[in-house]
Amino acid sequence: MVKLSVKDVYVAKGQNLKVVSKEEKQTVYHSKKLNLWYGEHHALKDIDLEMKENEVTAIIGPSGCGKSTYIKTLNRMVELVPSVCTQGEILYRERNILDNKYQVEELRTKVGMVFQKPNPFPKSIYDNIAYGPRIHGIKNKKVLDEIVEKSLRGAAIWDEVKDRLNQNAYGLSGGQQQRICIARCLAIEPDVILMDEPTSALDPISTLKVEELVQELKENFSIIIVTHNMQQAARISDKTAFFLNGEVIEYEATNHIFSTPTDKRTEDYISGRFG
Amino acid sequence: MVKYVDHVQVVKRMNGRLVVNKMFKIVFLLATLFALAALGVLVYRMFDQGWGYLSADFITNFASRFPEKAGIKAALIGSMWLMVVVAPISLLLGVGTAIYLEEYAKQNRLNDFIRMNISNLAGVPSIVFGLLGLTIFVRSLALGKSVLAAGLTMSLLILPVIIVAAQEAIRAVPKELREASYGMGATKWQTILKVVLPSAVPGILTGSILALSRAVGETAPLVVLGIPVIVHFLPNGILSEFTALPMQIFDWAKRPQEEFQYVAAAGILVLMTFLVILNSIAVFIRNKFQNRY
Repeated sequence: MVKLSVKDVYVAKGQNLKVVSKEEKQTVYHSKKLNLWYGEHHALKDIDLEMKENEVTAIIGPSGCGKSTYIKTLNRMVELVPSVCTQGEILYRERNILDNKYQVEELRTKVGMVFQKPNPFPKSIYDNIAYGPRIHGIKNKKVLDEIVEKSLRGAAIWDEVKDRLNQNAYGLSGGQQQRICIARCLAIEPDVILMDEPTSALDPISTLKVEELVQELKENFSIIIVTHNMQQAARISDKTAFFLNGEVIEYEATNHIFSTPTDKRTEDYISGRFG
Repeated sequence: MVKYVDHVQVVKRMNGRLVVNKMFKIVFLLATLFALAALGVLVYRMFDQGWGYLSADFITNFASRFPEKAGIKAALIGSMWLMVVVAPISLLLGVGTAIYLEEYAKQNRLNDFIRMNISNLAGVPSIVFGLLGLTIFVRSLALGKSVLAAGLTMSLLILPVIIVAAQEAIRAVPKELREASYGMGATKWQTILKVVLPSAVPGILTGSILALSRAVGETAPLVVLGIPVIVHFLPNGILSEFTALPMQIFDWAKRPQEEFQYVAAAGILVLMTFLVILNSIAVFIRNKFQNRY
């Protein structure tokens, strides 16, 4: 209930006029009876999850529980793995993205992704950010300049790199690289941002910066984040889903799942008894 | 408590181990020195025999019955013409095939079979490619003993090497970079063009230039194709007859007069210079565009 009052403060300050109250938030993603196999291996079993806009949804669970697979299914990145087979539906804004008619390129311009290991291109910082807009046909230098600045500001890294936009992104530290990757993702102006363990390769201070950034970004984006780190899920998410062996064990408001988990397995996991 | 490592014994055996250690260093050093010595003798003989015949006239004269008038102009220009045909054909086909096999082809038995056989093709003797070229390009397609016929044959010969080199360069591009590109809604072709190829270019070019220099030096396929050696004109197009450096050298070397042995050595010097230039370009490209992942 603390959550609601925080949201009310945002509304009162006029910072987030789109969202009036928790009840009116629209669903961005809704997976229904989603099953996935890697060859013979049944990696996701009957996943039913509904995710709301302008929220941070965390997915936690031990290694190999299917949480990364699930988030990669949300932008169909999982198809890059040969011999993947899916069944069921994932509705993104009420359209089934697993339908063959859904253009995967179109989906991925609305759903950006930040990966586990910072993966900037071996290009200049500017070209990294401008990559997305350019592949979607924006050539105007002035527009590109504006997008680059806006995205870098959005990822809270503008002040650190504004004087060296033409330098190779590989010269930055790991934490800066990851924020460049977030900026690169913002440059395509997505609706949802998927984050696959975005801080697992970062030091604590860089992790903190990324976490703060996630809090700011959720005002304008819906964020789904996979994390290994339960404290992180507790700190930054509104809702948490606990995955185990390819199944959703529990999906609840974060403060609920961490204070009074319903399932014994959830309780064991968050209290550190396994995983 | 039982001790398995007896330190007194370890110290006793220490000397023996160190001797073996040193011995192998010497063995490997000798192997390297042997190769260096062979190279040294080769270079010495070439300079010793050929240097005297190497002159501006040698570069600008056509072939001749008289050793002192013999020149390498037709062969040198002919080899350059050969490169003009071989380089674009083998690069386009080779890199194209590598992109298909690495980026598009699915993992299945047929494609594995194709991949394996391309590597095997790289080991097929060059004379077999010569016979293939003679049958298909010279005779069936009636291209004659032209630059084009020889160029196509040489392209086929070095194609497997280029494909394998390009495949390795493409495979070395981290998959995270591809994922980043796909993740922003880029199509496969945009990803290949803007992410994969720029990162793979140094590897592709180094491998390809080494393959091209092999095409410059190959003789057997040209012999089989029947490329002439006494040529007193320069090619005026890709359908023109021509001769090439290794053919010319081969012809000089098999002549009975002793002077022609020296002419052949001078020819080898020209060929070696040609190859060293090509290889230097490869090294330059590798250093200049070195990747940092």
